[in-house]
Amino acid sequence: MARVLLRVPTSAEKGAVIEMRALIQHVMETGYRPNAEGVLQPRDIIWNFTCRYDGEVVFNATLSPAIAANPFIAFTTIATQSGPISFTWEGDNGFAQTETRHITVT
Amino acid sequence: MKRIIAALLACCSVAVAEERRSGLFDMRPEAQAMQRDDSMNPGMLWVLDGEALWGRKPNPAAQSCADCHGDAASSMRGVAARYPAFDAAQGAAIDLAGRIIQCRETRQGSAPLAREGQELLALTSYVAHQSRGLPIAPPDDAGMRAARAQGQSIYMTQLGQLDLSCAQCHDDNAGRRLAGSVIPQGHPTGYPIYRLEWQGVGSLQRRLRGCMVGVRAEPFAYGSAAFIAIEAFLMERARGMEVETPGIRP
Repeated sequence: MARVLLRVPTSAEKGAVIEMRALIQHVMETGYRPNAEGVLQPRDIIWNFTCRYDGEVVFNATLSPAIAANPFIAFTTIATQSGPISFTWEGDNGFAQTETRHITVT
Repeated sequence: MKRIIAALLACCSVAVAEERRSGLFDMRPEAQAMQRDDSMNPGMLWVLDGEALWGRKPNPAAQSCADCHGDAASSMRGVAARYPAFDAAQGAAIDLAGRIIQCRETRQGSAPLAREGQELLALTSYVAHQSRGLPIAPPDDAGMRAARAQGQSIYMTQLGQLDLSCAQCHDDNAGRRLAGSVIPQGHPTGYPIYRLEWQGVGSLQRRLRGCMVGVRAEPFAYGSAAFIAIEAFLMERARGMEVETPGIRP
């Protein structure tokens, strides 16, 4: 499991704009760099990030090899109802990780 | 006239000495914000790794760091601000990473951690993070004086094909630009740092190697007495400045 730093509000007023920040530990190896022996290192990146709010996709990003290691993604959405917010990263070599937080909307 | 110039120069040198600034303030605001906010600072990933390692036994027979040192938040507070320190057993100065390697070998009876390896960087980041916000306070003992003097002399020595000393950039031309980048004063306040260029965390010695390669000199070996001496001198030079670990640098 890769280490993740998440900042998600635990509570919000209905209709408020909430900001979420997600940072994940990942090498994001481009596939274009040779190693010390001159052999090309195989690509190893996260290629998709999805945020679901109560099951509904509210944010999705496609990541490319040009994105730096330990990608940081910040975005906003509108607090509609109490429920789980899940963050999913998918990448090469079967990389898949999901983190879930709960938000209470009043 | 000469006297006026001398007086002006004296004023200038005093002003320079007072205006010590961390490399943090030489960065663009976005990068500064990245360091200040723990939810954006990727160096915190290494701190979290170190926290996990702190409580883990390196081998079933060994004790974990926490078994001896307890809660790092209290036992390790201020430790990084005092390193490098004099190690009586070796009769030489030792850096924080070197002390962790030593502990792992002699007290935990495990294989020594590799310099610049993920585990050592994580543990060093975690320990140094406990001193964040504290002033750098190098120890005043006699044993460190020789190391500091050696470090200062290396700092002043012109090295490599470009024939440049540390001082020629980081004292004489700090604040000016080398190509597109501001030359920082070179205070080791945030180590181990997350360097954007490295896309990862690295030690002060790795950073020093970068400068040595830059002036086309042959870098010292990791953990060598020469590197620890420079480190000791730089910490003395930065005495009283705040520890920032994990720092972000471009």
